[in-house]
Amino acid sequence: MISKISLLILPLMILIILAMGMIKKVPIYEEFVEGAKDGFKVSISIIPYLVALIVAISMFRASGALDYFSQLLSVVLDKFSISADIVPIMFTRSLSGSATLGIFSELATVHGADDFVTKMAAVMVGSSETTFYVLTVYFGSVGIKKFRYSILTGIIADITGIVLAILVSRLFFLANIG
Amino acid sequence: MNWIYFILIATSLVFGLINGKLDSVVTAMFNGCDVAVKIAISLIGIMAFWLGIMKIAEKSGLVNVISKMIYPIVKPLFKDVKKDNPAIGDITMSLGANALGLTNAATPIGLKVMKELQEDNPNKNVATDSMCMFLGMNTAGFQIIPATVIAILAGLGAKNPTEIVIPTLIVTSLSFIVAIITALVLRTLWNKKENNE
Repeated sequence: MISKISLLILPLMILIILAMGMIKKVPIYEEFVEGAKDGFKVSISIIPYLVALIVAISMFRASGALDYFSQLLSVVLDKFSISADIVPIMFTRSLSGSATLGIFSELATVHGADDFVTKMAAVMVGSSETTFYVLTVYFGSVGIKKFRYSILTGIIADITGIVLAILVSRLFFLANIG
Repeated sequence: MNWIYFILIATSLVFGLINGKLDSVVTAMFNGCDVAVKIAISLIGIMAFWLGIMKIAEKSGLVNVISKMIYPIVKPLFKDVKKDNPAIGDITMSLGANALGLTNAATPIGLKVMKELQEDNPNKNVATDSMCMFLGMNTAGFQIIPATVIAILAGLGAKNPTEIVIPTLIVTSLSFIVAIITALVLRTLWNKKENNE
């Protein structure tokens, strides 16, 4: 039901926008092309920022540094009986969407789709946003170089998300296991 | 940002050296360049499409109507945005698209918001308070239905993949609120600090 609605929203949104344009006698074809012209410019203008970010993240992962910090953190989290397999997700969820989904698929395959660890990971992934990607691309597109407090805001929101994902999924799913 | 960047690269190189993985670090470096350009190229089409659609929405007055409706609510959050700036309407549409999981629409509209906020920005290199607030809301990742995650769970044969919807909604709503509060608090602190300098 819910997924059907979300499938309908996109076509509906486009229809409403076009219909509104026709009602208001907007030359929709010309205006569409006019707006679309910017697509190329904006996409190209974010390349330098994307290169800077993705290169740094790729290097960080390839060097084994990510694994090292994950292990370090899992020692602490083990005391709260949180599976070490979830830890890499905590790092990657702010950095890279595709990497996070990759780790999540692997974790879900290993633990099974109905396992508590999988569910906790699912909530953590579902509530994530690639903070650093958003900051780089959005600021990059208009040439902002001083991000001020936006990085700190993003990190605090991310940490809140991780902690809440752990607490809320314990509340929701742990009782079922008994 | 400079420090974060330096630490990321320096740690990678040091770890690569210790772990004997320096060659894969270098490979990752060049691969990363390639991936970055591919992402940008793949954005061009979808970006053009949504900017085209949004142009129609703007010309038909739809964005304006949404702006007027939302303006009183979000005014305290976006103090430095002028009333006639289409940014408010676009912010609403961008966050709305994000909430619905329409990432393909959310990014182009979001970048349009940045462009509009930049027009009111007296110092083109430095982020404004409104930009920080907008990105704070954005990075909290508010989403009503985590469709991709549900799809993966369903694909692996989960009994009830949609049971994560409510917990996820609770988490994202609360982080969204935390992000707004954080941005407000940091705004006050930062502005005080910057005025003293």
